[in-house]
Amino acid sequence: MNEEPGADAPALLAATELHKSYGATPALAGADFAIRAGEVVAVMGPSGSGKSTLLHCLAGIVPPDSGSVRYQGRELSSLPDAERSALRRADFGFVFQFGQLVPELTCVENVALPLRLTGIARRAAEARAAEWLERLEVADVRHHRPGQISGGQGQRVAVARALVNNPRVLFADEPTGALDSLNGERVMQLLVAAARDTGAAVVLVTHESRVAAYSDREVVVRDGRARDMAGVA
Amino acid sequence: MHADYARGVYAACIVLAMSISHTLLGLLQAGPRHGYDLKRAFDAHFGQDRPLHYGQVYSTMSRLLKNGLVEVEGREPGGGPERKRYAITDAGVTDLDDWLGRPEKPEPYLQSVLYAKVVISLLTGRDASALLDTQRAEHLRLMRELTRRKIGGDLADQLVCDHALFHLEADLRWLELTTARLDRLASEIHT
Repeated sequence: MNEEPGADAPALLAATELHKSYGATPALAGADFAIRAGEVVAVMGPSGSGKSTLLHCLAGIVPPDSGSVRYQGRELSSLPDAERSALRRADFGFVFQFGQLVPELTCVENVALPLRLTGIARRAAEARAAEWLERLEVADVRHHRPGQISGGQGQRVAVARALVNNPRVLFADEPTGALDSLNGERVMQLLVAAARDTGAAVVLVTHESRVAAYSDREVVVRDGRARDMAGVA
Repeated sequence: MHADYARGVYAACIVLAMSISHTLLGLLQAGPRHGYDLKRAFDAHFGQDRPLHYGQVYSTMSRLLKNGLVEVEGREPGGGPERKRYAITDAGVTDLDDWLGRPEKPEPYLQSVLYAKVVISLLTGRDASALLDTQRAEHLRLMRELTRRKIGGDLADQLVCDHALFHLEADLRWLELTTARLDRLASEIHT
């Protein structure tokens, strides 16, 4: 196995003793997690084990009931809402299983959206978006709307949109879950290659081992607890 | 399990599992060849990880000759031992047809070994969950190796790696399912 990237580097994003319940149902029960800059970590586990909840807590989308999430040493829960939202826009990128593109916008407008939200002018934003569509091999559908393209093309556009503002952390929740093997493989290859190029860390939630095989290491979530498998075997 | 294992065993498992003699027969059907050419053709198609030894070629040809599946079409004297040019016979073509038309026996071997380990662990009071996690980590380590190789490889590499990856994935699904059912299995084997 290759040496893990930045094995001695401090964690870019770290969670400690996370607890989260939905009503009486516990989703996380003392989960720990850490990822370093440039690292690709797969979060695996059976359905309902808490892996998506872990991702949502790490990304500051859902506040944990207790426990700590620190990004670059700063406690996320201590940030005012506006600052946390700004952090998510500037430093985090997101790819979900489906339904994430705005149907009324063209692909290039979708990819340009995160840049537009940070105040970049339309022409410049769309020029950079076009570069990312080219990189993800979907430049030919730049003027199509999401309803006019295939699922595989849609996921590539979504990856382009997630990476267009050079995030420090890319959160990918079952990014190939709705794709066939060939399309899923290509999306993973392009996603990981682009993340490696930009130095983004990737938190990759998946139940598919073939997808997890693109990671540097895996964490298994069972019954709300996360186990780092790097030290196993 | 280390990189040599990954390259030497799993990625080459298709080649090792197949019959070298039938593969050489198949290569001969394209036209008569010398032993050296046969080795080169075999290595080009199947020997990325484990090239064929000359000795294997000549011992296989000797066996095929004895069984009437190939014949010596010509001999060329040289500086060293004379070079034989081999050709497939009609019986060889029939044998090749039989082999290609016969489905391979599915081999669910790994699950059997792991199942035995799980049961013995439970029976002896050991941590079966740890055993399954160790195996799981080992499987994923190998899958990473194969995935890296696939990304940098040509189409033949990709297909060979995919074959291994799909099998490892199936094993991993079994490992996860078994992990989820350990309590039930433990209670059943103790009753």
